[in-house]
Amino acid sequence: MRHCFTDEHEQFREFVRKFMSTNSDAIAVRRVMETEAGYDADVWGNLSESLGLPGVHIPEKFGGQGFGPVELCIALEEMGRSLLCAPFFGSSVMATTAILNAGSISDKEKLLPDLAAGKLVASLAIAEESGQWEASDIEMTAIEAGGTYRLSGEKKFVLDGHSSDLIVVVARVPGSSGEDGISFFTVKGDAAGLGRRLLNTIDETRKLAVLQFDSVEATPLGEVGAGSKALEKTLVLSYVALANEMMGGAQKLLESAIEYAQMRVQFGRAIGSFQSMKHKFADLLMDVELAKTTAYYAAEAAEDEADDLVAVASMAKAYASDTYYKVAAACIQVHGGIGFTWENDTHLYFKRAKSSEVFLGTPALHRDRLITNWNA
Amino acid sequence: MTDVSEESIRSEVKAWLEENWNADLGLVEWRSLLAESGWGTPSWPKQWYGRGLSAKLSSAVLDEIRQFGAIGAADSGVRMLASATLMEHATDYQKDKLLHRIITGEDSWCQLFSEPGSGSDLAGLTTRADLDGDNWIINGQKVWTTSAHHANYGLLLARTDWDVPKHQGISYFVLDVTQPGVEVRPLRQMNGHASFNEVFMTDAVVPANMLVGKLNGGWQVGMTTLSHERRLADGLRPIGGSGAKKAKGKIFSELAAEVKVAQEPYRWYPQRAGRPDLTVSRARDTGALEDPVIRQEVAKALTIHQASQWTARRARQAQRLGRPPGPEGSLGKLAASNVARAAALAHTLTSGADSMLKGEDGPKDGIIAEILLSVPAVSIAGGTDEIQRNIISERVLGLPKEPRTDADGPFKDVPRNIVK
Ligand SMILES: Cc1cc2nc3c(=O)[nH]c(=O)nc-3n(C[C@H](O)[C@H](O)[C@H](O)COP(=O)(O)OP(=O)(O)OC[C@H]3O[C@@H](n4cnc5c(N)ncnc54)[C@H](O)[C@@H]3O)c2cc1C
Repeated sequence: MRHCFTDEHEQFREFVRKFMSTNSDAIAVRRVMETEAGYDADVWGNLSESLGLPGVHIPEKFGGQGFGPVELCIALEEMGRSLLCAPFFGSSVMATTAILNAGSISDKEKLLPDLAAGKLVASLAIAEESGQWEASDIEMTAIEAGGTYRLSGEKKFVLDGHSSDLIVVVARVPGSSGEDGISFFTVKGDAAGLGRRLLNTIDETRKLAVLQFDSVEATPLGEVGAGSKALEKTLVLSYVALANEMMGGAQKLLESAIEYAQMRVQFGRAIGSFQSMKHKFADLLMDVELAKTTAYYAAEAAEDEADDLVAVASMAKAYASDTYYKVAAACIQVHGGIGFTWENDTHLYFKRAKSSEVFLGTPALHRDRLITNWNA
Repeated sequence: MTDVSEESIRSEVKAWLEENWNADLGLVEWRSLLAESGWGTPSWPKQWYGRGLSAKLSSAVLDEIRQFGAIGAADSGVRMLASATLMEHATDYQKDKLLHRIITGEDSWCQLFSEPGSGSDLAGLTTRADLDGDNWIINGQKVWTTSAHHANYGLLLARTDWDVPKHQGISYFVLDVTQPGVEVRPLRQMNGHASFNEVFMTDAVVPANMLVGKLNGGWQVGMTTLSHERRLADGLRPIGGSGAKKAKGKIFSELAAEVKVAQEPYRWYPQRAGRPDLTVSRARDTGALEDPVIRQEVAKALTIHQASQWTARRARQAQRLGRPPGPEGSLGKLAASNVARAAALAHTLTSGADSMLKGEDGPKDGIIAEILLSVPAVSIAGGTDEIQRNIISERVLGLPKEPRTDADGPFKDVPRNIVK
């Protein structure tokens, strides 16, 4: 990318945007968000077959398109822009990245081609009751007996965990703590002893589940006990991905607010002609452009595996969270009473902004990570 | 009335209550007694169901009724704005027809002011009233009308002259909302509630004798209503009549039913204010208060919440002492928006990932989610923050007024957006 997208990138973006505008307009979003699954299987199939998006960052040798984080993030930005309801973030970003980082060659050969083709939908279960995503927060243990691993306990806030075919679970070796003993496993969605329940979320476009494990048989993914680096890497890319997805929504909202301000007349003039309104928009534009740049920079850092990746991933996540929420609140305000109604689309974004703000850690947590990892 | 002492008024009403109060009466029956005696609305004039008492004595009377455990006049919803406005501007015919049933609670009211095309700019309204013989024919649409679905009457602003400047061609009417020409549709909000409505008027009829105030003098009458709305501020929320909820008797079950209906649209109102009262306790109970960042945000929310309450108290006290109003009295609405936002941030940080969950899955049985999804209303409802800032800077600080292009020429020439 080198600080600015290439023409190929822009073409790719154009391509994805077109797909989203025909397959994920507000009417589609509202229809799909009310279903239990939370996504339209036909659209998912289409997105997989015609665009190959689930495999965008999977190497070609495992059936993917062989692109990297930059292309992944372009796709996410467009998905965020249209509030796509699909298991993309849970399966193609989080679970796929976990397999790429933690899995053995044979794990990858076995799982990635189906994931790339969108035929297998997976989810990644990390957080528990405490709602924290880092290694040290994981308490679930994997008990081994006679070469078989079994998981017991609860995983919460699992993106699309209620419907996925496969669940990648992060647990730990009994007696370990902190980063030690972190292990990845896979569990089938219909495994015996597994209870799954859809949570009631403020953001209906994004489904979260709580999973109960009662001595569920689990298959190790990669080496048991050696997963902390893979977890960290997976999370870092997820932060970058989420930041880019959020910026797509923020950008779209800003556009919609400006459009409304030009059309809405009060006191005989367009409300966008009031100076206080112009100042508000100028400030929002600054935040959106700067936060977008930060998200892009982080995607590039992920692509390059740059030294500052860990710090800038958190910087991007925190900045995008603050900006998205700020723009969403402002967009409601600009719309006045209409902005507070169900009928107006702004609230759908507002809710996505609110939940993305705390998903994978609050802005405060990420600012803390930023400073801890900043080396300059 | 200055010769009457508070003490003697209190004993007078108490004696009357001892004689007349009966929990086995019907609610309307009892309130009719209140209306006839003048004790239900003691500040109203004697010829209109009152006793002409000062504000101070009148609140002593109401307090006495409360303490006695009796029920007062109906006072929930828009009916208080209706009665205050009618008292000032209505004809005797209108007062005679309407006031008694306001006191008894037989009629409920709604306020038909805002329109899709005119919110901040209320005087830009385009609902039209055309005189046809003895009737005004009303066509247009209103919006954000709280409780319209169970109101009998609406306070209606409509345009009666399109050739004069916008404020000079508006008239004020009492509209029977139950007639066929009026359609009420609930409007769902982003927090899932549907506490207000759209009201469509298609050849709805208002008898000519239901014009309130002068023809084309509706703006002034409307200002009376709005000034009472501001005065009552939270008064639009039904109080629920006396601390006697636990009391038994036919009358109390009737009251409970009335309160339930009246209160329904306002269930989420405390949440839209951000529930600053919960920030510290939630942070403490969840252990989040130990987190230095959250601690700071909770402290900030606490500070602005307390400061705005104390400021309101300072303004009230000064008013009571007869001092001229200072700037502190005009800041409440803007401060409330800031309190709500600060509280919502504190709640988000305290709840962390749980902020994503609502209903029974959500923290505090969904109250936190309701807060997060309701606070955006505070800076819009009852006049937006931007309008508040204009009012404060122009009327309180005396800064030069924004030049207006819409207020002087004929209304029909003022640009406006097309209502879909
Ligand atoms: C929860 C809720 C309850 C409500 N209850 C009632 C009710 O009971 N009765 C009732 O009549 N109405 C009610 N309303 C409506 C409310 O009063 C209006 O929504 C409000 O006055 C704004 O009008 P509007 O929605 O038309 O927005 P607009 O006036 O179109 O405003 C859109 C944006 O333009 C800005 N703007 C407008 N003029 C200016 C200016 N001069 N300078 C700078 N910025 C400006 C506004 O601040 C806002 O950000 C309610 C609204 C809500 C959300």
